[in-house]
Amino acid sequence: MALPVTETVECDILIIGGGMSGCGAAFESKFWGHDLKVVIAEKAVIERSGATGEGLSAINCYMGQRYGWNTPEDFVQYVVNDMMGLAREDLVYDVGRHVDSSVHLLEEWGLPIWKKEDGAYERIGRWQIPIHGESIKPVTAEPARKAVGQENIYERVSITHLLTDANDPERIAGAVGFGVRENKLYLFQAKAVIITTGGASNVFRPRSVNEGIGRTWYSVFATGSAYGLMIPVGTEMTQMEHRFVPTRFKDGYGPVGMWFQYFHARVTNALGEDYTVTRDDELDKYLPYGRAVPTPTPLRNHQMFLDIRDGKGPMFMRTEEAMQKLAGGDPAKMEQVRQEAWEDFLDMTIAQALTWASQNIEPEVTPSEVNLAEPYIMGSHSGEAGAWVSGPEDLAPPEYFWGYNKMTTIRGLFAAGDGVGAAPHKFSSGSFTEGRLAAKAAVNFLRDHGETPTVNAAQVRQLHESIWAPLETFDQYKGASTSETVNPNYITPSHALVRLQKIMDEYAGGTSAWYTTNGPTLERGIRLIELLREDLKQLGARNRHELLRCWEVVHRTWVGEAHMRHLLHRQETRWPGYYYRADYPNLDDANWRVFVNSRYDAANDKWNLLTRPYINVIT
Amino acid sequence: MPTYVNPTACNACAGEHQGPLCVYICPNDLMALDTEADKGFNQEPELCSECYACVKLCPQEAIHVRGYSDFIPLGASVQPRRVDNGLTWTVTFRNGKTLEFTYPSRSTPVGSSDPYKNFTEDPAGDLKGQGLAGESLWLGVDKLPTPSASN
Repeated sequence: MALPVTETVECDILIIGGGMSGCGAAFESKFWGHDLKVVIAEKAVIERSGATGEGLSAINCYMGQRYGWNTPEDFVQYVVNDMMGLAREDLVYDVGRHVDSSVHLLEEWGLPIWKKEDGAYERIGRWQIPIHGESIKPVTAEPARKAVGQENIYERVSITHLLTDANDPERIAGAVGFGVRENKLYLFQAKAVIITTGGASNVFRPRSVNEGIGRTWYSVFATGSAYGLMIPVGTEMTQMEHRFVPTRFKDGYGPVGMWFQYFHARVTNALGEDYTVTRDDELDKYLPYGRAVPTPTPLRNHQMFLDIRDGKGPMFMRTEEAMQKLAGGDPAKMEQVRQEAWEDFLDMTIAQALTWASQNIEPEVTPSEVNLAEPYIMGSHSGEAGAWVSGPEDLAPPEYFWGYNKMTTIRGLFAAGDGVGAAPHKFSSGSFTEGRLAAKAAVNFLRDHGETPTVNAAQVRQLHESIWAPLETFDQYKGASTSETVNPNYITPSHALVRLQKIMDEYAGGTSAWYTTNGPTLERGIRLIELLREDLKQLGARNRHELLRCWEVVHRTWVGEAHMRHLLHRQETRWPGYYYRADYPNLDDANWRVFVNSRYDAANDKWNLLTRPYINVIT
Repeated sequence: MPTYVNPTACNACAGEHQGPLCVYICPNDLMALDTEADKGFNQEPELCSECYACVKLCPQEAIHVRGYSDFIPLGASVQPRRVDNGLTWTVTFRNGKTLEFTYPSRSTPVGSSDPYKNFTEDPAGDLKGQGLAGESLWLGVDKLPTPSASN
């Protein structure tokens, strides 16, 4: 195969991804390791890349320790309850104790945070502070860019595979990828690698069709590469069965947190009932979490789900009721609330503003439909999928500690943000913080293990050939059909994505299956996804843009397969409202308050599923 | 909601900026240059998330959004304009009603950040500790919490 030129980059630390976690890792690594060569590889441009590229209307992870609002212990209690009993307390505490410093730094760099008259931060909820956050990403990227230096930022480079040491498959050695905008292959040789890439949207068939499939709730460019990179080299993963199903404004997927927590709006069904009242008894089926305050997110979903299943929809957010009540007949107050309501969307989910305008919805007059979205697999927001990582030295019990904070089971491979499992509710500020923690630990690792790993040149060549293969496949076979898209020799990345989404939707409990599955259904789905994985070797790409899409769907398919295998392993329904195992409909704390982990064995194409114990560190 | 480019207004950034800014910034590799027409266009509208990165950056205000055909009725628009450290938004309803909002987005001049300003941690001596860079200045409390200290 004729391959384009390879650019080889040697560095101490390779940061894959330039989102919130990646920018945090870049900033922190150069403080502790000012002499080290730190490189960022990013498929887009760091000022607008990642899940916060569009902007944010709130920081959702802030303790307010200086105001005495919360302690990290409070945060751990909250997160464990919201996750129905399953989160790594050491990892959650670690984010909680550090996150305020990240928020204060973002403010120093230029993030406008709403203030009360006395100068203290305004609050939306217990952990949430409102921001004028349209530019949170450029504000975050600027010091990261300065810290590592322009010459060390490789933008429009898509990383497709990790590399392990030629003599030690459990030691990281670097990564390979390709230029999205130029004919070039890349080899990054690194002594340590920090995975900060994204969780996965568009693994499940979305509710929208055609043009609307880009309006995913989590960023459409979050392609699950955090998992798609780590799984194939045998990294131990955890909680890949977990998913997040957001309740959001219908179709536009505008945020609801401000409406629930700040405007105190209710959701009512077609009969005018509030499911949190009429379905209150349902919470007793899931004790002790059912009676935690606040009610865990999946259980609130579950209550609404039951209303919809029983034909009591549509569900409406009563924006008009809340706004009228807040304004109390004062036009000036109403104008203030209106400004705040629209900013919530314009700062972060502009499509929702257009959805309202297109239907002539004025929120002070007309209520607005909400719905349960398709599932998302991620680790930074309300999901907890990701790598099984070491905890911090001073917090982690021996079972959770192997030398360096946030290091995966592959030596020298660190993770942050969506890549770290069992450590949810980080959001933007916590992901930035986790990137910082991983970076400091990576510098420590390098001080102790400064050796340069050995790269297997034949393996690199083989990977480079596989990266480029979809372009070759298309060229080789395009003459076999008068259509570029219907050809017996290849499928397009868009074909593969739709097939993946159909399998996940129908077999893994997507929206058309009412979030419900069982063992035999999952086994059937896994068989179909194995066939899809074989067909991915016959992807065809007409150009580099489609080549990017090819590798995105490869990563998403790894996520889908891992998700189904983990779902099959966990024999209970721990998160009703996210998914239901019809064959194990109950929560089973006695047997399943454990982490479900997996390691993929590439040599034998075999998945090994196991459980790890829950160890109380704080609670 | 996919972006579209007004061909009358687009000048492909006219040789400035080493190519069109929409192509430069798009997080999803969607905006591309039609070299024959010398205009920008969205090459894969169904994977456009309406993030508006290109709309906000376009110097000609040539890029707009036509709401997703599968759920957004025609006739409305949402258009931003960059003002000093913020944005002014014009929201036009299907029925013609318009709303205008201006929100700040940044409190400091672009480029003014100073990553490690006044940090007192010692990169060698404090490397083994739990503190992060600048926390003595920015954590907001005197001491990094540990469970043993607070229990």
